[in-house]
Formats: sequence, C-alpha cells, structure tokens
Amino acid sequence: MLRFSDAFAPSAVRVTSRAALAVSALVFVGSSAMAAAGSAHDSVLTILIRWAPLLLSGFLFNLLISVLSMAVGTLAGIPLGMMQLSSLRPLARLGYYLTQFFRNAPWLVLLFICVMLLPFEFRVAGLRIPFPDWVKAVVGFSLPAMANVSEILRGAVLSVPTGQWESAESLGFNRRQTMFQIILPQCIKRMLPPWMNLYSLITMSTVTASVVGVSEMLTMTAQVHAAEGSRPELLAPLYSFAMLCFFVYAYPIGKWTEYLERKYQVKD
Amino acid sequence: MTQPDRGFVSLRDVHKTFGAHKVINGISLDVAKGETICIIGPSGSGKSTLIRCINALVPVDRGSIHLDGIEVNTPKLDKLALRRRVGIVFQQYNLFPHKTALENIMMAPITVLKQDRAEVEARARALLKKVRLAGKEGAYPGELSGGQQQRVAIARSLAMRPDVMLFDEVTAALDPETKKDVLTTIQDLARDGMTCLVVTHEMGFAREVSNRVYFTEGGLIVEHAPPAEFFSNPQDPRTREFLSQVL
Amino acid sequence: MQVIYDWFLAFYERTGINLSFIYDNFDRARIIKGFWLTIELSVITIALSIVVGVIGAWLKGARSGWVRHSVDAFISIFRNTPPLVQIYFFYFGLGFMLPRVMDPISGTMAPMVTNFQWAVLSLSLFAGAFNIEIFRSGMEAVPRAMVEAADSLGYTRSQIYWHVVLPLAFRNCLPALGNNLVNLVKTTNLAYAIAVPEMMYAAKQIWSDSSNVREMMIFLLFAYVFLVAILVYGLNWLERALRIPGYGQMGGR
Repeated sequence: MLRFSDAFAPSAVRVTSRAALAVSALVFVGSSAMAAAGSAHDSVLTILIRWAPLLLSGFLFNLLISVLSMAVGTLAGIPLGMMQLSSLRPLARLGYYLTQFFRNAPWLVLLFICVMLLPFEFRVAGLRIPFPDWVKAVVGFSLPAMANVSEILRGAVLSVPTGQWESAESLGFNRRQTMFQIILPQCIKRMLPPWMNLYSLITMSTVTASVVGVSEMLTMTAQVHAAEGSRPELLAPLYSFAMLCFFVYAYPIGKWTEYLERKYQVKD
Repeated sequence: MTQPDRGFVSLRDVHKTFGAHKVINGISLDVAKGETICIIGPSGSGKSTLIRCINALVPVDRGSIHLDGIEVNTPKLDKLALRRRVGIVFQQYNLFPHKTALENIMMAPITVLKQDRAEVEARARALLKKVRLAGKEGAYPGELSGGQQQRVAIARSLAMRPDVMLFDEVTAALDPETKKDVLTTIQDLARDGMTCLVVTHEMGFAREVSNRVYFTEGGLIVEHAPPAEFFSNPQDPRTREFLSQVL
Repeated sequence: MQVIYDWFLAFYERTGINLSFIYDNFDRARIIKGFWLTIELSVITIALSIVVGVIGAWLKGARSGWVRHSVDAFISIFRNTPPLVQIYFFYFGLGFMLPRVMDPISGTMAPMVTNFQWAVLSLSLFAGAFNIEIFRSGMEAVPRAMVEAADSLGYTRSQIYWHVVLPLAFRNCLPALGNNLVNLVKTTNLAYAIAVPEMMYAAKQIWSDSSNVREMMIFLLFAYVFLVAILVYGLNWLERALRIPGYGQMGGR
C-alpha cells in the first residue's frame, strides 16, 4: 500500500501548512456563512472588509507590544541569566529566585500588577514622563520574558559540555574570557529556538492586554462588534479573523523554529 | 631552578579524595626534563585525576607537586604562569566547536598571552603542518575525524609553548586507524625532547616511546621501571595480572 | 477562628493593609470558592489535555496521511493563535450557535454549555495541542535500536508499544510535560475573561468592592505560586519514582 507520507515526504511541511490553513479557512468561511444566512444586514465579508484596516492596525499594535516586550525582556534577561551563573553564591541565589518567581507567576497577574500599580507618569528632575497603559503592559509582558530568557541562557550554558570549561581553563583562560569567548558563542545557536518559542508565546499573550483596557486587536474586535449592532452571529467570524491574523504571523515563525531546532540538533 | 633531589616534574606523597572516595593515596614520582613517561593501570586507578592535579585543574588535598621548582599545591599559585608551561590534551578532544582548526590553535595565545596576531597565526600554521594537518586550517571540529580533532587539540596546547605535555587517554575514544596518527604525533614530540606524561592503554606505545612506565592501582604506584624491564619482568603480582589481561 | 479574623481587622485599622479576604466573611467565601474552582479547572484541564495528547500522539502515528495531517493542522491552529481568542471564539462564537436548553433545576432556558465548560474545553485543547508534540517527541527519543531489539526478540507491534516505547517515552517527556502543565495551571486564569468565577475573578470582585488592589495582587501571586509549587512537587516525585538508574542522564564526568 502506498502511504500518503511516502509520496509527499519531502514536502510534508508544506502539506501540513496547507492543511492547517485549509482548516482555519474552513472555520472562518463556515462561521461567516452561518452568520450571513437569513440576515438582512450586510454580509460578514462586507463588514470584515470595512473594518479590516482598523482591526489590522490593532493587530500591528499587538506586534509592537510583543516586539518591545521581547526586546526589554531579552535585555534584562541576559544579565539575570549571567547572575544565575555567577560564581558568587549570594548573587547566583538572588538571580535564581528572581528568575523562578517571575517564571512561575501567572502572566495575567503580572500584567494586572503592572497596569494597576505602576504610576501613570514618572517625574524625573521636574520632567514629566507619561506612562500610558500600553507601556505598562509592555513592562508586564517583559517581566516573564526576562525570567524565561534568563532560564534559557542558564540552560544553554549548562548544556555546554564541562570539557569545554576544562580545556579553556587548562589553556589559561579566566572565567570571564571562557564565558564570553568560548561558552556564550556556542550558546547562541542553542538559545535561538527556545527564544523564538518564547517570542511566539509573548505574541499570543499580548491580547490579554485587552483585559486591562489597552486598545489592541481584541479590544477593537469588541468595538467593531458593538458598532455593527452587537449581532451575536458576527462574533465567530470576527474572532476567526483575529485568529487568522495571529496564525499567519506565528505559523512561519514556528516552522522556522522547528527547522532551526532540527538543524542544530544534528550538529551536536 | 630544579632542586637537585627532585625532577623537572615532581610529585611527593600526593593525596586526593572525592567525597568519601580516595582517588590518589600517596603518590610520588619524578620526571626529568625531556623524558617521556607512561602511566598505565586499570580504570578508576586515579590516573586521570593524577594528571589533572599537575596543572591544578584538580586541587590536591595533601602533598607537594613541583614543576621546574614551582610549587603547584599552594593558594599563592599563579595559575596562568603554570598553565602556559603545561599543556594538556583530553580524551574527548574538547575543541571549541564554533572555531576553525586554525582559530582553535590561535585563540589562547591571542586572548590569554596577548601575543601578536600575525606571529601567532604563522606559528599556528606551522603547528598544523607539524601534526600533519596542513590544508585543514579552515575546517570546523565537526568536519574533522576524531584523530584529526585530537591532533588539532595537541597543536592547540603546543601553541602555548609549554615545557610539559600531559596526555589523558588521548586515543581511548579513537578507532585503530586514526589512533596511529595521534600516537605518531606524540612520538614525534617525545623525540623532539618535549617532557611528556602520558596516561594510556596503548602498551605498544608505552613499550616503544616511553623512558619509564608507571603502573597505578587503587591510587598508588605499584611499580615503575624502564619499559623493557617492566614488560619482560614485572615484579608485583598485580602488575603481572594486569599485563596478562591487556597483552 | 474569630480571634484570627479580629486580628486581621485590627491589623487593617492599624496598618492600612486590607486583607479583607481573611476577616470578611463574604470576601472569604468568595476567594475560597474561587480558589477551589481554580483547582477544579486545573485538575480537569490537566486530565483532559493529557487525554488529548495521548490520542493525538497515537493518531499522528496513523497510516492514513489525512489523519496525520489533520492532527498537524489541529496542533498548528492551537499553537499559533492566542488562547484568549480561542476561549472567546468557543464561548462567544460557537456558544451562540448552540441551542439553549431547559435547565432541569431552575426551569429556565440556559446555554447548553456553560462558560466553565467552554473554558475547560478550550484550555484542554490548547494545552493538549502542546502535549501531542511533547508525547510525540518523547516517543521519537526512544532509540530505534531498542525497538529493533524487541522486534527481534519476537515482540508484537502492540507489545513493543506498551512494554518498550511507552514506558520510556513517558519518562523522556516528563520534564517537558511538567513544564506545559505548569503553564496550563497559570493559564487557567484566562477563564476570568468569560466570567468564570475562579480565583482571579474572585480577587477582582473583592478589590472592586474593598479597593485593596495591592493586597489582592500579592495574594494572587502567592496563591498561584503555591498551586504551581504543589504541581511541581508532585511532578518531581513522579520523576523520581519512575527514574531508572543510569538511564537518561548525561554520561561521563
């Protein structure tokens, strides 16, 4: 018996992606059709086309939040990870506890804390720096990002065989030189896939900012729904559209991550 | 600098325990400059630890280790000064996988000794030629065979211009084919007058190349003698039994 | 107990730190109910997500290409869309399409699937999609030689699956599975968004009434860290109990 996978083995990835797109399109079209049936209002497609620019601008806001959160999280996470690896015991302990705390706290709670407890503006030397909700949300997302980057860094450094440390030491490298010239360069490849996975998770979680009133895509989706008369049959297509946007953005990143994972695994 | 009663490399009553496990139990040995010695013995007899003690990779509990008059077992030890004089090669090559063969050799002299790049590069190329790997300058460790990697590792140590080379079962992970090349490289070094301490399971190599063979068991040196004598007329029953198993 | 409640009330008056969920009977009842609902939500979704994972991993080994690609599509969709939107889609989008049914207790018309059930369903599918891949990679990590050895000893396909692959695969994937389940417990609070009165929701109600945002936030953090700690403890215990000496650890020095 000829197996499907045998015939298409080299293009399995493409087949999968097509299948996934097909299913999401099916859900989308199906729910749109259901919403359109027996309705005297504008068709779902018309409504979506009308509001697409607004919804997409909301989506861009999600992406902006995700990129900023990841950038801040990475910039803060690398020193925190180095702290965990410090040869100074108390410093390493502190780094460990900070990492564990922010890794294990629910993201939504951290988000609430940042949005509700941070001031709406900072005063630095008579200068007023506004601190709007969406910036607070960025802080809220970058905290767990930071902790996860810290842990990714630690894991990558520990995954480098001890022989590397030993031979560097024998050649007279000090700890700092060993870390920066020998260990960390080897870690970048190992860190990239989990780092990209983390970015994907952060991107997915940016919609929770709607819960605290940041006007990102999900908030706008609700507003569009209200503007169109709050017809319940519009909800499925509207949310499908939101899912589709995220899917189109995150799916290639996910596939690329998988590819890198495989590539670097073989080399080890 | 060397004291008259002690060798170029000299150990006196060295002890080392890992937790409750006594690995080295009072070992003394002397190696003269330019001499090559082989240390043989069953697995777990403390050979690898012994050799790591000499370049202070493993701190010892008790005893004295001298290298050309430098005391190793002291908190005041200048580790860098020691390590530029002692090269070590491991069983698992431990090349830096993100650097080419040439860069692996050049890294330590540039980073640690702050030597001139052009000069180091010329030396590194010469060393690669010496270990018979000319043409592999740009290859990454992952692209080299085990034996080739091991010879790069030897060249990497030599780039620091050490006075003593330590070899820790450097052929144990290699297949017979590539093993020969590595052993030949070490033999060349020994002929050129490098002081070599070689932990090995290669009895043929020990017989041919070394000036003296040490047999260790249970963290002690059971017997040592020039190779001809050692292999033809072992004194201790434990040595005899070991040799009967491996030969 | 009353002594403790009084002490915390006095503590509030003295310090301004308002732990109303301890001394106030109404708030206490709300938070306890929310706490238990979070546990209920966690336990049910963990169990269901594992079921989804096992079935999905099994289907991914199916002979039919369409079955395998459907599983892949399912995984892709749930992994690459935000879980909160998934919950909204299920609860608002699909919930609307289902007919309302007579509630036998109250006699009124009620949704066929409650918000709690929608939350369970969508969270289980979300975490389940991750579990499929985790189980799958655990199975792939079982050395091919092991299967061949069992094969040449005369084991049947299902015997190999049950006696060789599965026990080893489960151990292989335990760390990744643990991570995902911890994430799941932390994600259950998304049910807050569709008004499931779990811990987060209860806390929000309390801080709205008693205006003690700060105190409730800190309580929430500790409560979730506590729940996660219990789960991690249980997983570590399981990992230890299942450990085979010398298997799965890095060799060498």
